[in-house]
Amino acid sequence: MEKLRDGFIVFCKRECATCAMVVPVMKELGKGDQELTIYTQDDPSFPDGIPGVIDDTELERSYHLHIETVPTLVRVENGEEIARAVGWDRAEWRVLTGIEGLGEGLPDFRPGCGAKNVEPGIAEELSVRFGGVLLTARRIESPQLEDDVETCFSRGWTDGLPVVPPTEVRVVRMLEGTTRLSDDVVGIIPPNQVPCTVEKVAINAVMAGCKPEYLPVVLAAVEAACMDEFCLHGLLATTYFSGPVVIVNGPISKVVGMNSGINALGQGNRANATIGRTLQLVVRNVGGGRPGEIDRSTLGNPGKYTFCFAEDESGSPWESLSVERGYEEGTSTVTLFAGDGVQAVYDQLSRTAESLVRTYALCLRNVAHPKIPMAADAILVVSPEHGAIFREAGWTKSKLKDELSKLLQLPGAELVRGANGIAEGIPEEMKDATIPKFRPGGLHIVYAGGTAGRFSAIIGGWVASGPKGSQSVTKEIKP
Amino acid sequence: MTTSTVLLDPTAENSPDKRERLLRPKDLEGLIVGLLDISKARGDIFLDEIDKQLTKRGLKTRRYQKPTFARVAPIELKQEISTQCDLVIEALAD
Repeated sequence: MEKLRDGFIVFCKRECATCAMVVPVMKELGKGDQELTIYTQDDPSFPDGIPGVIDDTELERSYHLHIETVPTLVRVENGEEIARAVGWDRAEWRVLTGIEGLGEGLPDFRPGCGAKNVEPGIAEELSVRFGGVLLTARRIESPQLEDDVETCFSRGWTDGLPVVPPTEVRVVRMLEGTTRLSDDVVGIIPPNQVPCTVEKVAINAVMAGCKPEYLPVVLAAVEAACMDEFCLHGLLATTYFSGPVVIVNGPISKVVGMNSGINALGQGNRANATIGRTLQLVVRNVGGGRPGEIDRSTLGNPGKYTFCFAEDESGSPWESLSVERGYEEGTSTVTLFAGDGVQAVYDQLSRTAESLVRTYALCLRNVAHPKIPMAADAILVVSPEHGAIFREAGWTKSKLKDELSKLLQLPGAELVRGANGIAEGIPEEMKDATIPKFRPGGLHIVYAGGTAGRFSAIIGGWVASGPKGSQSVTKEIKP
Repeated sequence: MTTSTVLLDPTAENSPDKRERLLRPKDLEGLIVGLLDISKARGDIFLDEIDKQLTKRGLKTRRYQKPTFARVAPIELKQEISTQCDLVIEALAD
């Protein structure tokens, strides 16, 4: 791009009333000793009758000089900007130009208008066109006569639902959601053990339908998924049902509008749906984990499209999941759990904590199989009407966990192979032992849901829960 | 005419950027071959000959015809072919 000419530069556009008002000023400047250059953003014939007008409808000069308002007056010496005045401020323009009587008869002050180069949608296009953002992903041309949504399907980039085609402009816009550099490596994604950059996450976030402000949550979720303890490779390859369940805590959940209330585990909220979906698309596209290939799940579960929700911290009788896991209140986190679908807990009649905890214990015993202990972790999602019973009874979360733990000490005789006429079970030699249903720390409790309905939910875990398989992991969400 | 859209590759870029064609069968043994006449002049003569050759080799064939060469095949015809045949040979030109 050509060097800036010394003298004065004015950026303006015809549709701006302040620009039209300062046309006489521009004429005055044009007659002065210093050279005047005018860049016009919308109409090369504006302003009429002044020499030195340069067509900047492509907005290249405006982009490079970060013009935000028109008119903007810039003073250039030796090819470098040394001062600028934004909008019309007569005193400021007089000081900058050194012309005492400049703009006589005009108002003292008139704010300018927004520059075209910073209009929504245009700024990202300019970043792409003039090299503000360096995107390194391979470019794939969608054929002229093919719908680009169909191109994404035929390339194998989708989970079976349509995706938003990841154009450069959309990806640039997505990357504005994070302060991280686009070439930062977020993690190594199994099964192909591929280093995954912020850019690749952003591309998949575009496809999943995320807004840019969701990107930090997605990045933390991808980071968490790559932690060794989470064992994403095994989780992906298993014939079992499980996939990553994403739980968001902290102020960010409200900031980005996540649902922790009515239908929290269901459809209908963009943030919940698209954050969870992005993680799955990253695994599919970057990691190469596709059903029928490395993903060997016998039946799968619908949560493998997306399974993401926020905890209702403000309504909860207890400390949040993230506080329980050692993060300070007010910290935003994602927690990943290797989980299956939702198992209902129905209890409309319990009015005491002692009764309700027994319902919970009975239902929790069914995770994976009533005769299989210590294999699958679980999340118990307590809803408001059930939570109120524990609040009134003064039960803390740890008291609830302790009581559940007591009720879920299972006699080996009921669990051994053959007991109850069922071949499935634990080895015969354990018949005299008492065995807890869940390994220590294997039962998590979160609070979410609508305010009507005496139901809670169990999200059963992978039967390879624990250090030998997957353990839930938490990551702080950073901008 | 619409212009083509440039998309950013969301994958690890380990596969060629050109879309790969479906795998071709190693041989035709035991496969059912569809013969699709697109309704262009003399396509039937070409397909009759192919049919004769394949049948002589002991292969099973099925004949199909598009209503007109000027338009894409109706969805029912595509579904019929894809569920009844292992591969299809099309007579494209006259």
